Amino acid sequence: MNLKSDVGRMETSLRAKRDGGGKLLVAYVTGGFEGWETAVEAAAAAGADAIEIGIPFSDPVMDGPVIQEASEIALAAGSTPASILAAVPNLDTGIPHAVMTYYNLAHNPGHERFAATLADSGVDAAILPDLPFVESGPWREAAAEVGIETILLAAPTTPDARLPELCAASAGFVYAVGLLGVTGERSTLASTATEIAHRCKTVTDKPVLTGVGIGSPEQAVEASEVADGVIIGSAVVRQLLDGHGAEGVGELVASYRTALDAG
Amino acid sequence: MVMIDPTKEGRFGEFGGRFVPETLIPACEELEEAFRDAWADPLFIEEFHRILIDYGGRPSPLTECYRLSEQLGVRILLKREDLNHTGSHKINNVIGQALLARRMGKSRLVAETGAGQHGVATATAAALFDMECKVYMGQVDVDRQELNVFRMNLLGAEVEAVSSGSRTLKDAVNEALRDWVGTVENTHYCLGSVMGPHPYPWMVRTFHHVIGDEAHEQCLKLMERVPDVVVACVGGGSNAAGIFSGFAGTEARLVGVEPAGGAAVGRGVPGVVHGMSSYLMQDEVGQVQEAESISAGLDYPGVGPEHAYLSSVGRAEYPSVTDQEVIEAFQLLCKTEGIIPALESAHALAWVVREAETLRDQVVLLNLSGRGDKDVDQMMEVLGTDNDQ
Repeated sequence: MNLKSDVGRMETSLRAKRDGGGKLLVAYVTGGFEGWETAVEAAAAAGADAIEIGIPFSDPVMDGPVIQEASEIALAAGSTPASILAAVPNLDTGIPHAVMTYYNLAHNPGHERFAATLADSGVDAAILPDLPFVESGPWREAAAEVGIETILLAAPTTPDARLPELCAASAGFVYAVGLLGVTGERSTLASTATEIAHRCKTVTDKPVLTGVGIGSPEQAVEASEVADGVIIGSAVVRQLLDGHGAEGVGELVASYRTALDAG
Repeated sequence: MVMIDPTKEGRFGEFGGRFVPETLIPACEELEEAFRDAWADPLFIEEFHRILIDYGGRPSPLTECYRLSEQLGVRILLKREDLNHTGSHKINNVIGQALLARRMGKSRLVAETGAGQHGVATATAAALFDMECKVYMGQVDVDRQELNVFRMNLLGAEVEAVSSGSRTLKDAVNEALRDWVGTVENTHYCLGSVMGPHPYPWMVRTFHHVIGDEAHEQCLKLMERVPDVVVACVGGGSNAAGIFSGFAGTEARLVGVEPAGGAAVGRGVPGVVHGMSSYLMQDEVGQVQEAESISAGLDYPGVGPEHAYLSSVGRAEYPSVTDQEVIEAFQLLCKTEGIIPALESAHALAWVVREAETLRDQVVLLNLSGRGDKDVDQMMEVLGTDNDQ
């Protein structure tokens, strides 16, 4: 039996909580941004169920202005994949970690080496938004070999014919992209958010989390009526950009936690 | 060997593919299907060529350079894409894509532009086809290409200055992709080169194939043979792909000239950005680097995947030239032939001048991809206004 192909820590952990009746909350923090480590810990302490650590890339096509700005600041401050990953083992969170970055940073060192670096750093999963399902095979194989779960994005435009395969290939959870657009808060929840979550839920038993466009705890609750939970990114990073630091992040994540738990 | 169709996964050898967010995958598939369908439709092809003739000014002439040839000891023929409407080869591609957008029922075009040539061409096509048009242009380029911004506005397009990243062409591509991620239902991304996700590299080359086809026929008519060398400048590589495609099946040597500050093929490091796997200028961890050259149109850190392939299999070669060599070649063509070339196209000539000794008595076909009116201001700064220049 190949243990490595078994369900990983991210999926096991999120499934357990979901199956116990809880709604899931994943918080994104831009790695390398000043104070990001304490922000991650604050998010965990405030009730996040998993953390996404962004590794900034020069050309983040899936990100809106907030995460772009944080990425540029982190890059200008000299952060690198190595410097960010080196800090991960010391993060005191007790919850699974995913990295979110762009494919060239995995392509450059090579799939095997990048996956091994993630595994060695105690990362559980990876999200590469510019590596769509149709191109993801070789990376997923290399990642799975060392126990890294590859979380795939399902978009409102993904055809029904491909969705079951895509959800089956996704590991950790299925990232349901809530709207046609890039990351960033929106004033109302797009109708596409519940539609895509519903479509995913009908073809997979894996946790389905909705991300992109979640702008308030109320929207998180609304999205979670169909999805198993939500991913919040820009709202978290905005706290850092606005100078509210780990404390601001903790308060924000707690507000989502409270709302989701109250349902 | 000829320039063949990519695999169904959009690969030229190991290069190409479709590395865009999942949201855009269906749009790429829809575009591929629409393009295959259109290119098999004689009515589409007839309309495409009719517009290129009646509106774009095709066929472009082949000009024999008597004075320059004598001076260099190399017989030089210019394919005159500079004489097309809007001043460069770009019009071929935008007419093709605008027709395709109309066929897909999309009423809005978005485009990226560097110096502004592709932006102006797209705005032109949008005016012609009564479409909404938004052009993304890096803030740095907006500041130094004020006239082209105004041209696009005159043509009815909205120009948005991009202030993220390096605020140049590569960031304009990112912003156009972000726009498309959000508007894919009514919008077509009119990409300006043989780059991006499949089917763009193949489709854009196909729309520019007319350059190579005409040139091949013109060469046969002129001298009953193909040239020894076919040379073109390469940024993303659309004009080179167009002219190469007419000669890839012959014995002609194919040369794509990159700027020294943007030699993606020359440096030969594979990478993935803007939807494609190709050669890419990047740092040691994979962050994309900025290209720097005298010509904004070649300031691109990547290159079309088919060029990466042609280089990897040895069918085409990709030397680079310095800004100084380009400035000299630019002036040489002005003085010997009365043609002011685009700085981009002057790269191709700079290579011929440098290699004149090894090319002696050969026939060189050079794709003069654009005219230099847009570069006159910049060259005035470089050279000064001294009449003796």
